[in-house]
Amino acid sequence: MDFLLDIPVLGFILQFLVYLVNVIGNGHIAPIILGLAAPIALGALCGVMNERSGVVNIGIEGMMLFSAYIAFMTALFVHQAFPAEPSQLFGATPALISGVLAGVIAGVLISLLHAWLSISIRADQIISGTIINITALGLTSYLNRLIKPFDSAGTFRSFRPPAGLIELPGVGWLFEMFTAVGPIAMSTIVLVIIVQILLFRSRWGLRTRAVGEHPKAADTVGINVIGLRYRNVLIGGVFAGLAGAYLTLEATGSFQNNMTAGRGFIALAAMIFGRWTPLGAFGGALLFMGSQAIGVAIRLAPPVGDLGTFLFGIQQAYPSLYNNFFTGLPYLLTIIVLAGVVGRSNAPAADGKPYEKESSS
Amino acid sequence: MISRPRSYVGLLVVPALSILLALLVASVIIIASSLIGPEKKINLLLPLVAYRSLLAGSFGNFKGIANTIVAATPLMLTGLAVGVGLKAGLFNIGATGQVLMGGFAASLTGVLLTGASPWIAIPAALLVGMLAGALAGFIPGFLKAFTGAHEVVTTIMLNALVQLLVSGLVNDVFRAPGFSFARTAPVGNAELTGVAGTNLHFGVIFALVCIPISYWLLWRTTVGFEIRAVGANPTAALYAGMKPRRTMMLTMSICGAFAGLAGAIEVLRLGYYPAVFGTSIGFDGITVALLGQSHPFGIMLSALLLGAMRAGAPLMQIQARVPVEIIDVIQGIILIFLAAEIVVRKIFRLRTPQEGTGELQTITRTYGEKVVG
Amino acid sequence: MSVAQSPPPRLQMRGITKRYPGVVANNHIDLDVKAGEIHALLGENGAGKTTLMNVLFGLARPDEGEILLDGQPVQIADPADAIARGIGMVHQHFMLIPVLTVAENILLGAETMANPIFLDRREARRRITELGKRFGFEIDPDARVGSLSVGWQQRVEILKALYRQARILVLDEPTAVLTPQETVEIFAVLRRLAAEGQSIIFISHKLYEVLEIADRITVIRRGEVVGTRQPSQTNEDELAELMVGREVQLAVERGTSHPAEPVLTIENLKVRSDRGQEAVRDVSFSVRAGEILGIAGVAGNGQDELIEAITGLRRSAGGTVSLTGQDITSWSVRERREHGLGYVPGDRQKYGLVLGFPISDNLVLTQYYNRPFARGIQREDAAIEKWARDRIEQFDIRTPSWAASAGNLSGGNQQKVIVAREFSRDLKALVLDQPTRGLDVGSIEFIHKQAIRKRDDGTGILLVSAELDEILELSDRIAVMYRGEIVALVDGRPTANKEEIGLLMATGGRAPAEQPPNGGTSGQTETATDMPVKGAKS
Repeated sequence: MDFLLDIPVLGFILQFLVYLVNVIGNGHIAPIILGLAAPIALGALCGVMNERSGVVNIGIEGMMLFSAYIAFMTALFVHQAFPAEPSQLFGATPALISGVLAGVIAGVLISLLHAWLSISIRADQIISGTIINITALGLTSYLNRLIKPFDSAGTFRSFRPPAGLIELPGVGWLFEMFTAVGPIAMSTIVLVIIVQILLFRSRWGLRTRAVGEHPKAADTVGINVIGLRYRNVLIGGVFAGLAGAYLTLEATGSFQNNMTAGRGFIALAAMIFGRWTPLGAFGGALLFMGSQAIGVAIRLAPPVGDLGTFLFGIQQAYPSLYNNFFTGLPYLLTIIVLAGVVGRSNAPAADGKPYEKESSS
Repeated sequence: MISRPRSYVGLLVVPALSILLALLVASVIIIASSLIGPEKKINLLLPLVAYRSLLAGSFGNFKGIANTIVAATPLMLTGLAVGVGLKAGLFNIGATGQVLMGGFAASLTGVLLTGASPWIAIPAALLVGMLAGALAGFIPGFLKAFTGAHEVVTTIMLNALVQLLVSGLVNDVFRAPGFSFARTAPVGNAELTGVAGTNLHFGVIFALVCIPISYWLLWRTTVGFEIRAVGANPTAALYAGMKPRRTMMLTMSICGAFAGLAGAIEVLRLGYYPAVFGTSIGFDGITVALLGQSHPFGIMLSALLLGAMRAGAPLMQIQARVPVEIIDVIQGIILIFLAAEIVVRKIFRLRTPQEGTGELQTITRTYGEKVVG
Repeated sequence: MSVAQSPPPRLQMRGITKRYPGVVANNHIDLDVKAGEIHALLGENGAGKTTLMNVLFGLARPDEGEILLDGQPVQIADPADAIARGIGMVHQHFMLIPVLTVAENILLGAETMANPIFLDRREARRRITELGKRFGFEIDPDARVGSLSVGWQQRVEILKALYRQARILVLDEPTAVLTPQETVEIFAVLRRLAAEGQSIIFISHKLYEVLEIADRITVIRRGEVVGTRQPSQTNEDELAELMVGREVQLAVERGTSHPAEPVLTIENLKVRSDRGQEAVRDVSFSVRAGEILGIAGVAGNGQDELIEAITGLRRSAGGTVSLTGQDITSWSVRERREHGLGYVPGDRQKYGLVLGFPISDNLVLTQYYNRPFARGIQREDAAIEKWARDRIEQFDIRTPSWAASAGNLSGGNQQKVIVAREFSRDLKALVLDQPTRGLDVGSIEFIHKQAIRKRDDGTGILLVSAELDEILELSDRIAVMYRGEIVALVDGRPTANKEEIGLLMATGGRAPAEQPPNGGTSGQTETATDMPVKGAKS
């Protein structure tokens, strides 16, 4: 069988696949993948809440960034005022918890702006989202310059699952992926499942889908289209806020200007990839960010054999391009997905069309 | 909206008022900042101090005016890069990536022609920059035309990819030896040097020329007619015999060319291309285009305004101790007021025009559709 | 006062008046409907029928007058309120969501819950099937509404109202989208409903149907009731006169045509729809110079795809299109136009005009790149302006200026712009798609006259219209299109027989057993009588 691995191009592909299976199964990188995918999945949930109701939201990026900053600063101030030892549960402190809450509230507030512009003012929704991105970037950069962060409130700690669970052959990595992570990442899959079930089995879900497909029809059966859209956009803000809080309170312990780096847009692609379903979007998030995690793995634990030598050679010759390639993979995948998914014919039919109630005077 | 705006004054009113309101809101933020900032004391006069420094830095003396013009030059071009796209119903957020491509290509050309006469080197570098930018614009245009992938997301992804690619190339392949940070070799005779002891350079001529050219293109040519028709109603354009796909790709290429030119000018001004080319002109172009109502002359004025703010900001930071990033905040607030135009009109009791969809409304309309023809 | 009185009518509307800026839509209208009665509201487009029903359904508040249900005055605040009071509305344009199932559409807004959060799908299914059985049609609650035929979708709409315990059903132009066969079926359903005690208000402008189905007919004209009759006591002529207020005008004088050689020839044309199905199957016909060939057929039988293939908007899957002998099958839209093909699209606002552009730009939308409107790449504004002024005068387009936005014009004037644009050239052939949809009588007359004049100039005209009357009025020859095929090609009036053509439109001239397999056309996947099958794919 080994001779297969020696064929020039096909061999490389096979070597890579073998490496992939190996590193995911045994390399303990599965939690890293979830860690990278969590903010994308949460951002995609925000997108689903918006677009299923008929509101296009390009501003997820700005919402995440703004929430990230607010969450970080709140945690910082609370940490200064009430320093506390990290608790047993995920290393939580009052600072961190208030940070998460603040991040969520920030997400909701910014969503309120988007909702107001898109639903009531009926401005172009893509412009509205872009404005949110620009404003969030400007505001957070400004505040970040004004108030020099002088400390860190720390981060949530990952859960340590029992060794027996992780070492299970075959599926151990799966358990590890969903349990050896921090609280927000862990809650992601739970939230995804909840929204998925509610969207397709509950009254709220039915009404939401109706409003996103054919708001006039929903209106004629007595549903408050505007109110429902507002509520869903605001709930979407909760998810975006969680994503932002994750970035500064769980993934890293600091805030950098423009740290979201396009994650909000990758979240959009994940949502489209998943056909506007939470589970599908989650899968998309894993796929997109998995590529980046593989890059990390290749650097930490390079593959052996010809492939490894080949990669090593490239890395030596072009170190910057080599690194940038892996950093750029999610963006590349996003473009490919968007171009490849044949039409967005699966989008909710009324997506992006503001609803004007005919005057019943 | 008739094809030649009867009343330019009418076009100016809402943007002007939006700026006014934004400065007001920013004042509140500045006052609040004085509380949070180093001095921890409310200073109600801080906004006035800040704005006065801003004015001084941008128009106070000849040097300031020169700086304003230098800052406005690339903004006029990126403003066109976004504005012309808007006329076709396309939202070109990828100006940043197109700027980088154009600047990089121009720097390489400059290095190549480093000994040649400036009369050859500079135009050549600018031309190559335009072509590179056009290519960077063509890609999302092509994707939009043939796959329906909306340009808003693809251009942002491309921005990141171009940035990674170009910085990687500068670091690994084109790095000039002997410098403490990664950058290309000097562009030599292609450099746009300052005139009369200031930063003012000849690049401004190239930018200024593009303004009337854009106006002529959009309203006096058949190509411009097609661009505007496809932007207003691509299906009707198709039924009338036009080719929306071709027009979209052409428009994105034109937009990319403008942005590429902006990048080329900036790099030639700098004299080299740094691996980390931090520039905000791509994003600023969005504000310039929206503020200028996608009209070349409006764009010119908006570019001057934003350029003035950028030029005067360093002095403001020194004198009033307000960080330069406040300009970014002001930009955002201006845009919010522009979007909520109807609120602005209500505040100042202006009449709302009867007209139906402005071109802004057409962008989201194509979010979900495949383009035909 | 002690005399036993019969119960008050289920619905009474008294003195309803509704004003909009510039027009009195309803002027002191009285209407009453009894239990178990089918009451028709007859009137032209714009007579005020829809406004009256909007008032009843809570979509509009009357300025004067009152509504009584079972003798009690009520205020109807909004549709939810109307529904709660037992008033159900089946709109002309269905308020159904194609991607959702029948059950989901019915449940929406009146959800049957298993607990405060989750729907009770099982109970809903049970109720829906039971209701269907009771009124004579079985329906699969889990079918996707988008996969149902128009007739069945209408039944879903009726079920929506019945599920909410409606006792008064309002149907707005219910037969506008049905084939004659489906109309027969829905009438049977309505009679069954009335027999079960439902009050039905049937809004229509179709005299014949109203005479057939209604127990009483109220005629509305210009916002006022002009008479109430029972079908046995009246006839079409009287009703028509009541509707229109004067002697019904004769059709436009068509005159005789003098057809010459063929200008537009279609041979063995096959075209696929967006979904990949065969929308046009092996169609062949010719339009001759100086004649009008009308294509009759219910919408969705392939006419759209046929027109798109002829005009160049869609690639054909086989066969040829020829213009004066030249094979243009692979030509672009513009090339065909240049060769002498004109085209008036079916939706003037979506396909025919750029509303934000001035009228002048719209008038040169197809020729802007040619002399004299442009020299090379540069446009000649003066020439465009002159051309615009001339056309506006010639076609009597009502507008303050040639530079005004096309979006500001009335529907009739917008259509005139398109007609002016297309007709002002030497045309060998002309395709007219729904040329007078939604227009007022005066505009319709104008456009019909222009078409006949163009025909007499020697152009061969292909007319596609959903209005059989328009086809009959204008066509020298009539082709009937059914499921992608031309099933008949006959002479126009006076030879043509309206009933015969209507039957051909509905059945294709074949007995039910000989129907072609499903999936034939872009919209209709089942015959009217087929029950939607469980799990049927769209």
